[in-house]
Amino acid sequence: MTEFVTQSIRSVGGAAVGAVSTVGRAGYLAAGAVRALRKTDIWTPHLIPQMARIGVESVPIALFIAAFTGVVLALQSSYTFTDSVPVYFVGALVGKTMVLELGPVLTGLALSGRVGANIAAELGTMRVTEQVDALETLAYDPVAYLVVPRVLAGAAMFPVVVILADALGIAAGWVTSLALLDLSSEEFTKGLRLFFESFDVLFGAIKAFSFGITVTSVGCFFGFHATGGAEGVGRAATRAVVVSSMILLVLDAFWAAVLLQ
Amino acid sequence: MSIDFHDVHKSFGSKEILKGFTLSVRDGETLSIIGQSGVGKSVALKHIVGLLRPDRGEIWMDGENVGRQSEETLYALRRQVGYVFQFAALFDSMTIADNVAMGLRRMGEMDEEAIAARVAECLAMVELDGYGRRYPAELSGGQKKRAGVARAIAARPKYILYDEPTTGLDPVTTTIIDELVIRTSEELGVTGVVVTHDMTSAYRISDRIAMLYEGRIRFVGSPEEVRACADPVVKGFIEGRPDLMERVT
Repeated sequence: MTEFVTQSIRSVGGAAVGAVSTVGRAGYLAAGAVRALRKTDIWTPHLIPQMARIGVESVPIALFIAAFTGVVLALQSSYTFTDSVPVYFVGALVGKTMVLELGPVLTGLALSGRVGANIAAELGTMRVTEQVDALETLAYDPVAYLVVPRVLAGAAMFPVVVILADALGIAAGWVTSLALLDLSSEEFTKGLRLFFESFDVLFGAIKAFSFGITVTSVGCFFGFHATGGAEGVGRAATRAVVVSSMILLVLDAFWAAVLLQ
Repeated sequence: MSIDFHDVHKSFGSKEILKGFTLSVRDGETLSIIGQSGVGKSVALKHIVGLLRPDRGEIWMDGENVGRQSEETLYALRRQVGYVFQFAALFDSMTIADNVAMGLRRMGEMDEEAIAARVAECLAMVELDGYGRRYPAELSGGQKKRAGVARAIAARPKYILYDEPTTGLDPVTTTIIDELVIRTSEELGVTGVVVTHDMTSAYRISDRIAMLYEGRIRFVGSPEEVRACADPVVKGFIEGRPDLMERVT
Protein backbone atom coordinates (compact mmCIF):
# COMPACT_ATOMS: atom_id res chain seq x y z
CA MET A 1 0.00 0.00 0.00
CA THR A 2 2.78 2.41 0.99
CA GLU A 3 4.64 1.50 -2.17
CA PHE A 4 1.52 2.19 -4.26
CA VAL A 5 1.14 5.65 -2.67
CA THR A 6 4.85 6.41 -3.17
CA GLN A 7 4.65 5.26 -6.78
CA SER A 8 1.54 7.39 -7.41
CA ILE A 9 3.13 10.49 -5.88
CA ARG A 10 6.25 9.89 -7.94
CA SER A 11 4.19 9.55 -11.15
CA VAL A 12 2.16 12.70 -10.46
CA GLY A 13 5.32 14.60 -9.50
CA GLY A 14 7.12 13.42 -12.64
CA ALA A 15 4.19 14.47 -14.83
CA ALA A 16 4.04 17.88 -13.12
CA VAL A 17 7.78 18.44 -13.58
CA GLY A 18 7.44 17.36 -17.23
CA ALA A 19 4.56 19.80 -17.81
CA VAL A 20 6.40 22.70 -16.18
CA SER A 21 9.51 21.87 -18.20
CA THR A 22 7.50 21.79 -21.45
CA VAL A 23 5.89 25.16 -20.67
CA GLY A 24 9.33 26.57 -19.83
CA ARG A 25 10.87 25.32 -23.06
CA ALA A 26 7.90 26.65 -25.06
CA GLY A 27 8.30 30.04 -23.40
CA TYR A 28 12.04 30.01 -24.12
CA LEU A 29 11.42 29.20 -27.81
CA ALA A 30 8.72 31.90 -28.04
CA ALA A 31 11.07 34.49 -26.49
CA GLY A 32 13.80 33.38 -28.91
CA ALA A 33 11.40 33.79 -31.84
CA VAL A 34 10.49 37.33 -30.76
CA ARG A 35 14.20 38.21 -30.41
CA ALA A 36 14.91 36.62 -33.80
CA LEU A 37 12.39 38.90 -35.55
CA ARG A 38 15.08 41.56 -35.84
CA LYS A 39 17.35 39.17 -37.78
CA THR A 40 15.52 39.98 -40.98
CA ASP A 41 18.49 39.02 -43.17
CA ILE A 42 18.08 35.41 -42.04
CA TRP A 43 14.30 34.91 -42.23
CA THR A 44 13.05 37.15 -45.03
CA PRO A 45 14.37 34.99 -47.91
CA HIS A 46 12.32 32.07 -46.55
CA LEU A 47 9.04 33.88 -45.91
CA ILE A 48 7.51 33.72 -49.40
CA PRO A 49 8.43 30.02 -49.98
CA GLN A 50 6.89 29.19 -46.58
CA MET A 51 3.74 31.18 -47.41
CA ALA A 52 3.43 29.09 -50.55
CA ARG A 53 4.01 25.81 -48.70
CA ILE A 54 1.82 26.56 -45.71
CA GLY A 55 -0.86 28.61 -47.42
CA VAL A 56 -1.15 28.04 -51.16
CA GLU A 57 -0.52 24.28 -50.97
CA SER A 58 -3.18 23.98 -48.25
CA VAL A 59 -5.92 25.53 -50.37
CA PRO A 60 -7.06 22.30 -52.11
CA ILE A 61 -7.69 20.35 -48.86
CA ALA A 62 -9.35 23.39 -47.23
CA LEU A 63 -11.66 23.87 -50.25
CA PHE A 64 -12.50 20.17 -50.39
CA ILE A 65 -13.59 20.21 -46.74
CA ALA A 66 -15.47 23.50 -47.14
CA ALA A 67 -17.40 22.34 -50.20
CA PHE A 68 -18.81 19.27 -48.49
CA THR A 69 -19.45 21.18 -45.27
CA GLY A 70 -21.54 23.69 -47.27
CA VAL A 71 -23.54 20.87 -48.88
CA VAL A 72 -24.25 19.18 -45.54
CA LEU A 73 -25.11 22.47 -43.83
CA ALA A 74 -27.71 23.30 -46.48
CA LEU A 75 -29.30 19.84 -46.33
CA GLN A 76 -29.32 19.66 -42.53
CA SER A 77 -30.74 23.14 -42.06
CA SER A 78 -33.48 22.43 -44.59
CA TYR A 79 -34.27 19.20 -42.70
CA THR A 80 -34.34 21.07 -39.36
CA PHE A 81 -36.42 24.02 -40.55
CA THR A 82 -39.12 21.98 -42.37
CA ASP A 83 -42.60 23.42 -41.65
CA SER A 84 -41.37 25.51 -38.71
CA VAL A 85 -39.07 28.25 -40.02
CA PRO A 86 -39.16 30.03 -43.41
CA VAL A 87 -37.04 28.09 -45.87
CA TYR A 88 -34.82 31.09 -46.74
CA PHE A 89 -33.25 30.67 -43.28
CA VAL A 90 -31.16 27.94 -44.94
CA GLY A 91 -29.04 30.74 -46.46
CA ALA A 92 -28.74 32.44 -43.08
CA LEU A 93 -27.62 29.28 -41.33
CA VAL A 94 -25.16 28.24 -44.03
CA GLY A 95 -23.55 31.71 -44.15
CA LYS A 96 -23.44 32.34 -40.44
CA THR A 97 -22.20 28.88 -39.45
CA MET A 98 -19.64 28.71 -42.21
CA VAL A 99 -18.09 32.11 -41.52
CA LEU A 100 -18.26 32.10 -37.73
CA GLU A 101 -17.45 28.51 -36.90
CA LEU A 102 -17.05 25.70 -39.38
CA GLY A 103 -14.87 27.52 -41.93
CA PRO A 104 -12.16 28.50 -39.43
CA VAL A 105 -12.36 25.45 -37.15
CA LEU A 106 -12.54 22.68 -39.76
CA THR A 107 -9.83 24.37 -41.84
CA GLY A 108 -7.72 24.86 -38.72
CA LEU A 109 -8.06 21.21 -37.70
CA ALA A 110 -7.28 19.97 -41.20
CA LEU A 111 -4.24 22.23 -41.40
CA SER A 112 -3.02 21.18 -37.97
CA GLY A 113 -2.62 17.75 -39.59
CA ARG A 114 -1.22 18.91 -42.91
CA VAL A 115 0.91 21.84 -41.79
CA GLY A 116 1.64 21.07 -38.12
CA ALA A 117 2.72 17.47 -38.71
CA ASN A 118 4.77 18.51 -41.74
CA ILE A 119 6.66 21.18 -39.80
CA ALA A 120 7.25 18.91 -36.80
CA ALA A 121 8.53 16.08 -39.02
CA GLU A 122 10.77 18.38 -41.08
CA LEU A 123 12.33 20.19 -38.13
CA GLY A 124 12.46 16.95 -36.13
CA THR A 125 14.44 15.27 -38.90
CA MET A 126 16.76 18.27 -39.06
CA ARG A 127 17.23 18.08 -35.28
CA VAL A 128 18.04 14.36 -35.09
CA THR A 129 20.38 14.51 -38.09
CA GLU A 130 22.25 17.47 -36.53
CA GLN A 131 21.23 19.87 -39.32
CA VAL A 132 19.99 22.32 -36.65
CA ASP A 133 23.41 22.16 -34.95
CA ALA A 134 25.03 22.64 -38.36
CA LEU A 135 23.05 25.86 -38.82
CA GLU A 136 24.38 27.12 -35.50
CA THR A 137 27.98 26.31 -36.38
CA LEU A 138 27.53 28.27 -39.63
CA ALA A 139 26.45 31.27 -37.50
CA TYR A 140 22.76 31.07 -38.42
CA ASP A 141 20.29 31.46 -35.57
CA PRO A 142 18.13 28.34 -36.16
CA VAL A 143 15.09 30.03 -34.60
CA ALA A 144 15.37 32.91 -37.08
CA TYR A 145 16.04 30.52 -39.95
CA LEU A 146 13.43 27.85 -39.24
CA VAL A 147 10.79 29.08 -36.79
CA VAL A 148 10.18 32.74 -37.62
CA PRO A 149 9.34 32.37 -41.34
CA ARG A 150 7.02 29.42 -40.65
CA VAL A 151 5.09 31.15 -37.87
CA LEU A 152 4.78 34.41 -39.83
CA ALA A 153 3.66 32.49 -42.92
CA GLY A 154 1.04 30.63 -40.86
CA ALA A 155 -0.24 33.87 -39.31
CA ALA A 156 -0.50 35.53 -42.73
CA MET A 157 -1.89 32.63 -44.76
CA PHE A 158 -4.41 30.88 -42.47
CA PRO A 159 -6.89 33.82 -42.67
CA VAL A 160 -6.60 33.85 -46.47
CA VAL A 161 -7.22 30.10 -46.71
CA VAL A 162 -10.16 30.32 -44.29
CA ILE A 163 -11.82 33.18 -46.20
CA LEU A 164 -11.51 31.16 -49.42
CA ALA A 165 -12.98 28.13 -47.62
CA ASP A 166 -15.86 30.25 -46.26
CA ALA A 167 -16.65 31.50 -49.75
CA LEU A 168 -16.62 28.04 -51.31
CA GLY A 169 -18.64 26.55 -48.45
CA ILE A 170 -21.36 29.16 -48.91
CA ALA A 171 -21.28 28.67 -52.67
CA ALA A 172 -21.64 24.91 -52.19
CA GLY A 173 -24.60 25.50 -49.85
CA TRP A 174 -26.20 27.78 -52.43
CA VAL A 175 -25.75 25.25 -55.27
CA THR A 176 -27.15 22.49 -53.04
CA SER A 177 -30.17 24.65 -52.17
CA LEU A 178 -30.92 25.23 -55.85
CA ALA A 179 -30.26 21.67 -56.97
CA LEU A 180 -31.60 19.53 -54.14
CA LEU A 181 -33.90 21.76 -52.09
CA ASP A 182 -36.99 23.62 -53.15
CA LEU A 183 -35.21 26.98 -52.85
CA SER A 184 -34.58 29.80 -55.31
CA SER A 185 -31.40 31.80 -55.60
CA GLU A 186 -33.24 34.91 -54.31
CA GLU A 187 -34.46 33.05 -51.22
CA PHE A 188 -31.00 31.74 -50.40
CA THR A 189 -29.36 35.17 -50.74
CA LYS A 190 -32.19 36.80 -48.79
CA GLY A 191 -31.42 34.47 -45.87
CA LEU A 192 -27.70 34.96 -46.33
CA ARG A 193 -28.04 38.76 -46.09
CA LEU A 194 -30.57 38.70 -43.27
CA PHE A 195 -28.09 38.14 -40.43
CA PHE A 196 -24.85 38.90 -42.25
CA GLU A 197 -22.48 41.34 -40.58
CA SER A 198 -19.04 42.24 -41.89
CA PHE A 199 -17.70 41.69 -38.36
CA ASP A 200 -18.39 37.98 -38.86
CA VAL A 201 -15.69 37.79 -41.52
CA LEU A 202 -13.27 39.69 -39.27
CA PHE A 203 -14.14 37.32 -36.40
CA GLY A 204 -13.35 34.29 -38.58
CA ALA A 205 -10.11 35.90 -39.75
CA ILE A 206 -9.01 36.69 -36.18
CA LYS A 207 -9.62 33.07 -35.23
CA ALA A 208 -7.74 31.85 -38.30
CA PHE A 209 -4.83 34.19 -37.49
CA SER A 210 -4.54 32.73 -33.98
CA PHE A 211 -4.90 29.18 -35.37
CA GLY A 212 -2.12 29.88 -37.87
CA ILE A 213 0.26 30.98 -35.12
CA THR A 214 -0.76 28.02 -32.94
CA VAL A 215 -0.39 25.27 -35.54
CA THR A 216 2.98 26.49 -36.86
CA SER A 217 4.53 27.31 -33.49
CA VAL A 218 3.40 24.00 -31.93
CA GLY A 219 4.81 22.14 -34.95
CA CYS A 220 8.09 24.05 -34.62
CA PHE A 221 8.25 23.39 -30.86
CA PHE A 222 7.84 19.63 -31.11
CA GLY A 223 10.12 19.39 -34.15
CA PHE A 224 12.79 21.49 -32.47
CA HIS A 225 12.79 19.27 -29.39
CA ALA A 226 12.55 15.91 -31.18
CA THR A 227 14.94 13.25 -29.92
CA GLY A 228 15.57 9.58 -30.63
CA GLY A 229 15.74 9.12 -34.40
CA ALA A 230 12.85 8.16 -36.66
CA GLU A 231 10.63 7.10 -33.77
CA GLY A 232 11.19 10.47 -32.08
CA VAL A 233 10.32 12.33 -35.26
CA GLY A 234 7.08 10.35 -35.59
CA ARG A 235 6.25 11.09 -31.97
CA ALA A 236 6.92 14.80 -32.50
CA ALA A 237 4.57 14.89 -35.52
CA THR A 238 1.79 13.11 -33.62
CA ARG A 239 2.15 15.38 -30.58
CA ALA A 240 2.13 18.46 -32.79
CA VAL A 241 -1.23 17.46 -34.31
CA VAL A 242 -2.83 16.43 -31.01
CA VAL A 243 -1.65 19.45 -29.00
CA SER A 244 -2.35 22.04 -31.70
CA SER A 245 -5.87 20.59 -32.24
CA MET A 246 -6.59 20.84 -28.53
CA ILE A 247 -5.27 24.41 -28.26
CA LEU A 248 -7.25 25.30 -31.37
CA LEU A 249 -10.55 24.19 -29.79
CA VAL A 250 -9.73 26.08 -26.58
CA LEU A 251 -8.97 29.18 -28.65
CA ASP A 252 -12.25 28.72 -30.51
CA ALA A 253 -14.17 28.90 -27.24
CA PHE A 254 -11.97 31.77 -26.01
CA TRP A 255 -12.64 33.98 -29.04
CA ALA A 256 -16.39 33.24 -28.85
CA ALA A 257 -16.42 34.26 -25.19
CA VAL A 258 -14.33 37.39 -25.77
CA LEU A 259 -15.67 38.71 -29.08
CA LEU A 260 -19.26 37.46 -29.30
CA GLN A 261 -20.50 38.52 -25.86
CA MET B 1 45.80 31.37 -29.81
CA SER B 2 44.42 28.01 -28.80
CA ILE B 3 41.50 26.14 -27.30
CA ASP B 4 41.54 25.42 -23.57
CA PHE B 5 39.18 23.37 -21.43
CA HIS B 6 39.44 24.07 -17.70
CA ASP B 7 37.75 21.62 -15.32
CA VAL B 8 34.62 21.22 -17.46
CA HIS B 9 31.70 19.34 -15.94
CA LYS B 10 28.60 18.37 -17.89
CA SER B 11 25.65 16.18 -16.94
CA PHE B 12 22.53 15.09 -18.80
CA GLY B 13 19.88 14.39 -16.20
CA SER B 14 21.49 12.29 -13.50
CA LYS B 15 24.24 11.04 -15.84
CA GLU B 16 27.52 12.89 -15.41
CA ILE B 17 29.47 12.81 -18.68
CA LEU B 18 32.37 15.21 -18.18
CA LYS B 19 33.83 15.24 -14.67
CA GLY B 20 36.61 17.80 -14.70
CA PHE B 21 37.68 17.70 -18.33
CA THR B 22 40.90 19.72 -18.77
CA LEU B 23 42.79 19.92 -22.06
CA SER B 24 44.76 22.45 -24.14
CA VAL B 25 44.84 22.39 -27.91
CA ARG B 26 47.95 24.10 -29.28
CA ASP B 27 47.90 26.50 -32.17
CA GLY B 28 48.37 24.77 -35.53
CA GLU B 29 48.32 21.18 -34.25
CA THR B 30 45.90 18.37 -34.98
CA LEU B 31 44.80 16.78 -31.72
CA SER B 32 42.68 13.65 -31.59
CA ILE B 33 40.45 12.85 -28.65
CA ILE B 34 40.04 9.11 -28.35
CA GLY B 35 37.91 7.03 -26.02
CA GLN B 36 35.15 4.48 -25.91
CA SER B 37 31.73 5.15 -27.41
CA GLY B 38 29.51 7.22 -25.12
CA VAL B 39 32.40 8.50 -23.03
CA GLY B 40 31.69 12.15 -23.96
CA LYS B 41 34.09 12.92 -26.83
CA SER B 42 31.43 14.58 -29.01
CA VAL B 43 30.03 16.33 -25.93
CA ALA B 44 33.45 17.91 -25.35
CA LEU B 45 33.67 18.96 -29.01
CA LYS B 46 30.23 20.63 -28.93
CA HIS B 47 31.32 22.76 -25.98
CA ILE B 48 33.98 24.45 -28.15
CA VAL B 49 31.35 26.10 -30.38
CA GLY B 50 28.80 26.62 -27.62
CA LEU B 51 26.35 23.99 -28.91
CA LEU B 52 26.49 22.80 -25.30
CA ARG B 53 27.26 24.93 -22.25
CA PRO B 54 29.19 23.51 -19.30
CA ASP B 55 27.51 23.02 -15.94
CA ARG B 56 30.81 24.04 -14.37
CA GLY B 57 34.25 24.99 -15.71
CA GLU B 58 35.40 27.08 -18.65
CA ILE B 59 36.23 26.72 -22.34
CA TRP B 60 38.50 29.38 -23.82
CA MET B 61 38.94 30.01 -27.52
CA ASP B 62 41.03 32.89 -28.90
CA GLY B 63 41.11 34.37 -25.41
CA GLU B 64 37.30 34.36 -25.08
CA ASN B 65 35.39 32.33 -22.52
CA VAL B 66 32.97 30.49 -24.84
CA GLY B 67 30.48 29.53 -22.14
CA ARG B 68 30.00 33.12 -21.00
CA GLN B 69 29.54 34.83 -24.36
CA SER B 70 26.45 36.67 -25.50
CA GLU B 71 24.61 35.17 -28.46
CA GLU B 72 26.13 37.71 -30.89
CA THR B 73 29.72 37.16 -29.73
CA LEU B 74 29.20 33.42 -29.86
CA TYR B 75 28.07 33.62 -33.50
CA ALA B 76 31.15 35.75 -34.27
CA LEU B 77 33.39 33.13 -32.62
CA ARG B 78 31.69 30.35 -34.58
CA ARG B 79 32.75 32.00 -37.81
CA GLN B 80 36.32 31.09 -36.84
CA VAL B 81 35.40 27.42 -36.62
CA GLY B 82 34.50 24.78 -39.18
CA TYR B 83 32.61 21.77 -37.84
CA VAL B 84 32.51 18.40 -39.61
CA PHE B 85 29.63 16.36 -38.24
CA GLN B 86 29.65 12.61 -37.72
CA PHE B 87 27.00 12.00 -40.38
CA ALA B 88 27.92 15.15 -42.35
CA ALA B 89 24.63 16.93 -41.38
CA LEU B 90 24.27 18.32 -44.89
CA PHE B 91 21.05 20.25 -45.51
CA ASP B 92 19.14 17.68 -47.54
CA SER B 93 16.85 20.20 -49.24
CA MET B 94 19.85 22.01 -50.78
CA THR B 95 22.40 21.12 -53.42
CA ILE B 96 25.98 20.40 -52.36
CA ALA B 97 27.06 23.79 -53.74
CA ASP B 98 24.43 25.59 -51.66
CA ASN B 99 25.50 23.60 -48.60
CA VAL B 100 29.10 24.70 -49.06
CA ALA B 101 28.01 28.29 -49.74
CA MET B 102 25.88 28.59 -46.57
CA GLY B 103 28.64 29.91 -44.30
CA LEU B 104 29.97 32.27 -46.98
CA ARG B 105 26.53 33.77 -47.56
CA ARG B 106 26.09 34.31 -43.82
CA MET B 107 29.37 36.24 -43.64
CA GLY B 108 28.03 38.63 -46.27
CA GLU B 109 31.50 39.62 -47.46
CA MET B 110 31.42 38.10 -50.96
CA ASP B 111 29.17 38.51 -53.99
CA GLU B 112 27.54 35.45 -55.58
CA GLU B 113 30.24 35.17 -58.25
CA ALA B 114 33.02 35.06 -55.66
CA ILE B 115 31.01 32.60 -53.57
CA ALA B 116 30.57 30.30 -56.59
CA ALA B 117 34.32 30.42 -57.24
CA ARG B 118 35.15 29.62 -53.61
CA VAL B 119 32.62 26.77 -53.57
CA ALA B 120 34.19 25.27 -56.71
CA GLU B 121 37.65 25.63 -55.12
CA CYS B 122 36.53 23.85 -51.92
CA LEU B 123 34.80 21.06 -53.84
CA ALA B 124 37.98 20.58 -55.89
CA MET B 125 40.00 20.35 -52.68
CA VAL B 126 37.89 17.44 -51.48
CA GLU B 127 37.82 15.92 -54.98
CA LEU B 128 34.13 16.52 -55.54
CA ASP B 129 34.46 18.64 -58.69
CA GLY B 130 31.24 18.54 -60.65
CA TYR B 131 29.13 17.40 -57.69
CA GLY B 132 27.86 20.90 -56.83
CA ARG B 133 24.44 20.46 -58.41
CA ARG B 134 23.75 17.13 -56.75
CA TYR B 135 21.73 16.69 -53.56
CA PRO B 136 23.09 14.96 -50.44
CA ALA B 137 20.83 11.93 -51.04
CA GLU B 138 22.68 11.30 -54.33
CA LEU B 139 26.10 10.98 -52.60
CA SER B 140 27.76 8.01 -50.92
CA GLY B 141 28.74 8.10 -47.25
CA GLY B 142 32.35 9.03 -48.02
CA GLN B 143 31.32 11.72 -50.50
CA LYS B 144 28.96 13.22 -47.91
CA LYS B 145 31.80 13.39 -45.39
CA ARG B 146 34.00 15.11 -47.96
CA ALA B 147 31.20 17.56 -48.77
CA GLY B 148 30.95 18.20 -45.02
CA VAL B 149 34.68 19.00 -44.97
CA ALA B 150 34.24 21.34 -47.97
CA ARG B 151 31.48 23.18 -46.09
CA ALA B 152 33.66 23.41 -42.99
CA ILE B 153 36.69 24.87 -44.78
CA ALA B 154 34.78 27.22 -47.11
CA ALA B 155 34.91 30.25 -44.83
CA ARG B 156 38.66 29.76 -44.17
CA PRO B 157 38.29 28.99 -40.45
CA LYS B 158 41.15 29.01 -37.94
CA TYR B 159 39.89 25.83 -36.31
CA ILE B 160 38.27 22.70 -37.71
CA LEU B 161 36.47 20.25 -35.46
CA TYR B 162 35.91 16.74 -36.79
CA ASP B 163 33.32 14.54 -35.08
CA GLU B 164 34.18 10.92 -35.91
CA PRO B 165 35.12 11.68 -39.52
CA THR B 166 35.84 8.06 -40.47
CA THR B 167 33.16 6.16 -38.56
CA GLY B 168 31.23 3.78 -40.79
CA LEU B 169 33.56 4.15 -43.78
CA ASP B 170 35.46 1.40 -45.57
CA PRO B 171 39.30 1.34 -45.16
CA VAL B 172 39.98 2.96 -48.53
CA THR B 173 37.55 5.84 -47.94
CA THR B 174 38.91 6.17 -44.40
CA THR B 175 42.40 6.71 -45.84
CA ILE B 176 41.04 9.31 -48.28
CA ILE B 177 39.37 11.22 -45.41
CA ASP B 178 42.54 10.95 -43.28
CA GLU B 179 44.61 12.39 -46.11
CA LEU B 180 42.07 15.17 -46.50
CA VAL B 181 42.38 16.02 -42.79
CA ILE B 182 46.19 16.09 -43.07
CA ARG B 183 46.09 18.16 -46.27
CA THR B 184 43.62 20.61 -44.74
CA SER B 185 45.90 21.06 -41.77
CA GLU B 186 49.07 21.47 -43.86
CA GLU B 187 47.70 23.62 -46.68
CA LEU B 188 45.40 25.85 -44.67
CA GLY B 189 47.41 25.86 -41.43
CA VAL B 190 44.33 25.32 -39.32
CA THR B 191 44.18 23.90 -35.81
CA GLY B 192 42.24 20.65 -35.81
CA VAL B 193 40.43 18.73 -33.09
CA VAL B 194 39.37 15.24 -34.13
CA VAL B 195 37.07 13.02 -32.12
CA THR B 196 37.56 9.39 -33.06
CA HIS B 197 37.83 5.85 -31.76
CA ASP B 198 39.61 4.69 -34.88
CA MET B 199 43.24 4.29 -33.70
CA THR B 200 44.66 3.80 -37.21
CA SER B 201 43.28 7.20 -38.19
CA ALA B 202 44.34 8.80 -34.92
CA TYR B 203 47.97 7.68 -35.37
CA ARG B 204 48.00 8.81 -39.00
CA ILE B 205 46.55 12.31 -38.64
CA SER B 206 47.45 13.47 -35.13
CA ASP B 207 50.24 15.57 -33.73
CA ARG B 208 48.97 14.62 -30.28
CA ILE B 209 46.37 12.19 -28.96
CA ALA B 210 44.33 12.66 -25.78
CA MET B 211 42.41 9.80 -24.20
CA LEU B 212 39.12 10.58 -22.49
CA TYR B 213 38.17 8.12 -19.80
CA GLU B 214 35.41 8.39 -17.21
CA GLY B 215 34.85 12.09 -17.89
CA ARG B 216 38.50 13.17 -17.62
CA ILE B 217 41.60 13.19 -19.80
CA ARG B 218 43.57 10.10 -18.85
CA PHE B 219 46.61 10.62 -21.05
CA VAL B 220 47.92 13.14 -23.60
CA GLY B 221 50.92 12.60 -25.81
CA SER B 222 52.32 12.16 -29.29
CA PRO B 223 51.26 9.04 -31.24
CA GLU B 224 54.59 7.44 -30.30
CA GLU B 225 54.03 8.21 -26.61
CA VAL B 226 50.55 6.75 -26.78
CA ARG B 227 51.87 3.58 -28.38
CA ALA B 228 54.47 3.26 -25.63
CA CYS B 229 52.10 4.15 -22.78
CA ALA B 230 52.04 1.56 -19.99
CA ASP B 231 48.76 2.78 -18.45
CA PRO B 232 46.47 -0.29 -18.62
CA VAL B 233 43.47 1.88 -19.56
CA VAL B 234 45.26 3.45 -22.53
CA LYS B 235 46.93 0.17 -23.47
CA GLY B 236 43.65 -1.72 -23.12
CA PHE B 237 41.86 0.75 -25.39
CA ILE B 238 44.44 0.99 -28.16
CA GLU B 239 44.98 -2.76 -28.21
CA GLY B 240 41.28 -3.52 -27.93
CA ARG B 241 41.71 -5.43 -24.67
CA PRO B 242 38.82 -4.76 -22.28
CA ASP B 243 40.38 -7.15 -19.74
CA LEU B 244 43.18 -4.63 -19.11
CA MET B 245 40.71 -1.78 -18.61
CA GLU B 246 38.49 -3.85 -16.34
CA ARG B 247 41.35 -4.50 -13.96
CA VAL B 248 41.58 -0.76 -13.33
CA THR B 249 37.86 -0.16 -12.87
